[in-house]
Amino acid sequence: MEGYESHIYLGEVNGGTMFKKKYVTVITLLLVAAFALAGCGGGGGEKKDAAQDAASDVIKIGVYEPLTGTNAAGGEMTVEGIKLANQLFPEVLGKKVELVIVDNKSEKQEAANAVERLVSKDKVNVIIGSYGSSLSMAGGPIAKDAGIPVIGCSPTNPAVTLGNDYYFRVCFIDPFQGTVMANYAFDKLGAKKAAIIQDVQQDYSVGLNNYFEKSFKKLAGEDAIVAKVNYNTGDKDFSSQLTAIKDKKPDVIFAPGNFTESGILVEKARELGITCPILGGDTWESEEFLNRVKNTKDVYFSTHFDSTQPVTEMSKKFKEEYEKAYAGKQVNAFGALGFDSYILALDAMKKANSADPKAIRDALAGTKDFEGATGLITLDTNGDATKTAIIKKVADGNFVYEGKVDPK
Amino acid sequence: MDSRQNIKRLLTLGLILLSCLVLFFAQGFLSSFNIRILNLAAIFVILGASMNLVLGFTGMFSLGHAGFMCVGAYVSAILTMSPASKELIYYMEPIIPPLANVHWPVFPAIVMAGVVAAFFGFLIGFPALRLRDDYLAIATLGFGEIIRIIVTNTITITNGSLGLKDIPSIKSLWIYWGFAIATIWILKQLINSSWGYAFKAIRDNEIAAEAMGIDVFKHKLLSFTVGAFFAGLAGALMGHLITSVDPTMFRFLFTFQILLIIVLGGLGSLTGSVIAGVVVTVSMEFLRFVEQPINLFGLIIPGIPGMRMVIFSLLLLMVILFYRQGLMGTREFNWDWILDKLGVARRKERGVA
Amino acid sequence: MELYLQTLANGISLGSLYALIAIGYTMVYGILRLINFAHADLLMVAGYIAFYGIMVFALPWWFSFLIAIALTALLGVSIEKIAYRPLRNAPRISVLISAIGVSFLLENLGIVAIGARPKSFPRPEELVWNIKLGDISFLSLTVIIPIVTLLLLVAVTYMVNKTKTGTAMRAVSRDFETASLMAVDVNKVVSTTFLVGSSLAAVGGILYSLQYPQIDPLMGVFPGLKCFIAAVMGGIGSIPGAMLGGFILGMGEVFLVAFMPELSGYRDAFAFVILIFILLFKPTGILGENVVEKV
Repeated sequence: MEGYESHIYLGEVNGGTMFKKKYVTVITLLLVAAFALAGCGGGGGEKKDAAQDAASDVIKIGVYEPLTGTNAAGGEMTVEGIKLANQLFPEVLGKKVELVIVDNKSEKQEAANAVERLVSKDKVNVIIGSYGSSLSMAGGPIAKDAGIPVIGCSPTNPAVTLGNDYYFRVCFIDPFQGTVMANYAFDKLGAKKAAIIQDVQQDYSVGLNNYFEKSFKKLAGEDAIVAKVNYNTGDKDFSSQLTAIKDKKPDVIFAPGNFTESGILVEKARELGITCPILGGDTWESEEFLNRVKNTKDVYFSTHFDSTQPVTEMSKKFKEEYEKAYAGKQVNAFGALGFDSYILALDAMKKANSADPKAIRDALAGTKDFEGATGLITLDTNGDATKTAIIKKVADGNFVYEGKVDPK
Repeated sequence: MDSRQNIKRLLTLGLILLSCLVLFFAQGFLSSFNIRILNLAAIFVILGASMNLVLGFTGMFSLGHAGFMCVGAYVSAILTMSPASKELIYYMEPIIPPLANVHWPVFPAIVMAGVVAAFFGFLIGFPALRLRDDYLAIATLGFGEIIRIIVTNTITITNGSLGLKDIPSIKSLWIYWGFAIATIWILKQLINSSWGYAFKAIRDNEIAAEAMGIDVFKHKLLSFTVGAFFAGLAGALMGHLITSVDPTMFRFLFTFQILLIIVLGGLGSLTGSVIAGVVVTVSMEFLRFVEQPINLFGLIIPGIPGMRMVIFSLLLLMVILFYRQGLMGTREFNWDWILDKLGVARRKERGVA
Repeated sequence: MELYLQTLANGISLGSLYALIAIGYTMVYGILRLINFAHADLLMVAGYIAFYGIMVFALPWWFSFLIAIALTALLGVSIEKIAYRPLRNAPRISVLISAIGVSFLLENLGIVAIGARPKSFPRPEELVWNIKLGDISFLSLTVIIPIVTLLLLVAVTYMVNKTKTGTAMRAVSRDFETASLMAVDVNKVVSTTFLVGSSLAAVGGILYSLQYPQIDPLMGVFPGLKCFIAAVMGGIGSIPGAMLGGFILGMGEVFLVAFMPELSGYRDAFAFVILIFILLFKPTGILGENVVEKV
């Protein structure tokens, strides 16, 4: 067995390799030194920045979103909305607003690094992010410790803002969304038996299903959930789950999840001859999902925003500008939420008449009936938005407005 | 010889003092961002060194490191979270009673995390270590995934995909680097013991080692269990650094990053793992600039997200193809080498004496 | 009854897809004793080439598929030349690391070049339609995939057992050195193996994209891992074994989820659990040959 001879001989002196090795060692040491210096430079510059802060003529808004990895699509849409808002409203308090956008790679430790970087290196005044609740939970405590307020665009897990005075969000949360869909299924669709399909790896899917299940049982009785099956993020074969569900003959299927998996799932359900309505959550509003399901009907989901039913003046403006800026792309809820996060941040600065993070936080906490593209936003004591949910369905190859549900 | 021994002892003492001093100043003067990166580097140093023990010193291609980290992170998180925040966070299904009220201090919890991970390592190693090379790789990869899938599905213990948050935060460089230095020291003792020589014998030729009377299986199991212990420890530290954990953190990608570190540093060199651990972690952050728009003399190159990973994959390939021994090969940092470099005179003096 | 039949149909379609990909794995492993981690990413490459052929260059689907197969095969051969051949005499761990490196490089290049957002794979109407038999309904692919798999299995078996190249392959898989002493051009044989193996991966990738018509840069990872497991299960190096392993795994997964829905979250663990049992009790797999370790 030839094993590690090459390694064993390394210790021996051999002119050629020895030279190379020295060379490499020197380079590495230089690199390390350079990094260390870069680090110190950052550290040293810190005080200067702080001193300049009051006088500086830019206000920095940090953005941490997943631009690569599993959540990249959502992050991309959100950033589009934020950039659009920045183009339309480039100034506040007479100063230029600068966006500092960092990728969190859809990974928690990267999200934590990203926020730490934004607060301690880039010295941002306020942060926006992130698509994906677990990523937001990784960033939250760091921003809290640094005293920088964060506005979440679309993290819907209740835990994100719990116990964190510095985290706010412009979207509604899972309990509300799950309950809305359960009511809709029972009242409007007349469903008595429901089946649940959830992505066990995804907090979003598990959370929504949990609240749907509770509400639906309350409405239709304890045995109203006839089947509950699981899948994992990244799965593509749902035939067996759906076959098991078909056997139970539910009136409605609730299957919130990533649009990637859900698209295939819904398409497959129709192929297998399942005709009952299929319900989901806000992640479904994307081109990819629409492409999959456009030839089917009876697909409903709750979302934050509808471009055909502009709720506010801002909605109209957002729609027009979005279509101008990103020709060929669908106006979507995540872009709208990113947009809202940005204008809400500016509004808070105006109200506080200051770019001081603490002042922004206090102004944000008092947000009431703020006019955003996604509707009127009021933040409750947890920092969560209470606002209207829109229900859309798939019809004629498009997402169509179906109705809306106001918060109680 | 004696004087040289003394010099070395002095130098070691000096180095320890120097690193304390460096840590002290780093803690005091670096920004919290730089401290975070250094803390992350310490975690990767532990991961790199422990995986190197398994892969580089014992020659077992195990890809299950992320799974053991996952175990460690969850054990420490559940032990240290306050009962109040547990009640808040397990809002879907409450945590099972015996775990609901435990509230350990951080330090014993981290050690416990290592112990539990080691226990898992032992359990998994028992069947898996009968396999070799690629079979072992795929089996350990499988075990890592199984651990992750179990963690996702046992909601009453781990809160499933909802993850845990409000894990007590540790920010101090002293703790992370303290653990890292302790890890290196323990591993160094292990590798220089008779056990360590047996590990290397197994790596170089398993059949020959067996013929020499080495109990191959027992040694492999020991190496694997120790590796799992430190992986668990690193996982626990990771949890305390980020203050929240969820199962998707510990995907195979994590193991890839560790693999990159030990290949760059040299399979079979702790020193290499330490250097590469720091360099890779720091440059991972440093290289962010390639993903941001670059303004080159008025020419704006749009940033491409994902470029960093391309660079690292290329680097891994280049090293394994053209410079297989990595930075250090199987050599370790040692004073003799430095003394020889510094003054040949000393050697001559010794010769005369 | 309907449930059983429908599940059976689901199992056949998944199982034959696994089988097809597993054959490619087993061929490469049989010759080089290497888990070609990049094999999984070749599925993705083939999917994307076919996608761009149809959507961007507006080629007829069959022509686009042919191009995808040809280019993917070429890529497979070059990967071997660049990343595996220089390490032929290196420790096995090095080659494995190199394979993992190639796999990560392809995935990340995919993310950088194409973006991480999934794309919708076109389904040609001539190829994909819905079939209804009473209450059971399935796609035409459920029939097409097993047929393609069987045809390719026959072709590959014929090539390995009856042709000169096949004889050379078998010789090389036994012993590199002896084979080269017998005037077998080892490099050529290895390249041929990669050519055939990668073409199979390409066909698998295209069928996979048709069956689950959403492609993204990481789409190959899971099928790749599972199909390797299938190959090990059937006895790595054995072509009928790979087929058998693929079917057992596909059927097993589908039946597990359909009849034990409460365990459906553990589906991915199922493949690994089977793998570990097989490795422990019959490490050579179901149809594998016993090989004694040489000193």
